Amino acid sequence: MEFRYIYRGLGVGLLGGLLAFVFARIFAEPFIQDAIDYEAGRDAAQESLNAAASHGGHSHGAEAAEVFSRSVQRNVGIGVGMAIFGLAMGGLFVVAYLIVSRRYPGLRPRVLAALLAAAGFVSLYLIPFAKYPANPPAVGHEETIGERSVLYLAMIAISVISMVLAVLAARWLAGRVGGWNASLLGALVFLVLVGIAMGLLPALGHLGINKAEYGNVATETPQPLRAPDGTIVYPGFPADLLFRFRFYSVISQLVLWATLALGFGALAERLAASPARERPRPAAAEPGTMRSEAATTA
Amino acid sequence: MTTPIAQSRQRSVTFPLTARRAALGLTALLSLLLLYFLGIDQGATSLFGSDTHIHEFVHDARHFLGFPCH
Repeated sequence: MEFRYIYRGLGVGLLGGLLAFVFARIFAEPFIQDAIDYEAGRDAAQESLNAAASHGGHSHGAEAAEVFSRSVQRNVGIGVGMAIFGLAMGGLFVVAYLIVSRRYPGLRPRVLAALLAAAGFVSLYLIPFAKYPANPPAVGHEETIGERSVLYLAMIAISVISMVLAVLAARWLAGRVGGWNASLLGALVFLVLVGIAMGLLPALGHLGINKAEYGNVATETPQPLRAPDGTIVYPGFPADLLFRFRFYSVISQLVLWATLALGFGALAERLAASPARERPRPAAAEPGTMRSEAATTA
Repeated sequence: MTTPIAQSRQRSVTFPLTARRAALGLTALLSLLLLYFLGIDQGATSLFGSDTHIHEFVHDARHFLGFPCH
């Protein structure tokens, strides 16, 4: 019974991941390449600075033996990665769907699918993104990967828990102030909770390691590279490039979650309609016909 | 004397493993495992030592999906 939903959830998730990959391959990959080129140029400029001053600064080691060529990363790696992401999100989505749909059987499947996909997009991606946005290659210091991972996961966890609390609060309020007002108050609860978390968690640039090495900058976005006399020898990370990358990151997540909402919603409607004809079966049917019917529905 | 109490306590805590719960739990667990290898392994933590094949293969996806990357 649940398996029919789970297969479809995974399948739609995989499809969503592949659609997001098509979008990413066409629109985002040129900018990812630009970011990698920026990083290479900056490393070269840094090295010549270091050679001039003959003091060994931190080398990023980006040139250390390529494991996969850019062509593999750009065409296959990102495709496999986004398909896996879609599959995993489809799995989590269908689990949430099955739990909530049993709790609230009155909700129409495609409405529930759309609401859950919206909640997933906002709580698993958009809110964490608002605090710690997706970064292109060249943005992000190797030394802080551990701290950044913990902070990002903490932001996801807080945002998901806040979403659950907000929905529970809205359900509780619905009987008192009506559905519409309860939804608005639930949204307010969510925003206040994640807002507090965003205020308390540190900006990436303010991590101890970053402050010591790069000064008081809020983010890890590369600043202009300066020679000892203060002249800029290599520009800061291009603002337009950063915007494009992040904007397309949001859109590709929208593609994935919209696929889940619409695709799974449509399939769940059909599934919810089909078992209706199984129900009158048990008392009247002969054992033989029961078995064959069960075999066809399985 | 103590047996009934123990039994009732045990019964209140039991969480029967139905096929539905097993299916949902397994789906969620495998999904999280996939996300771990896609987003985090061979970055902040690594299950396969200092190998970087997963990291490098899904490198662009990791950046683009918002996971922290080197």
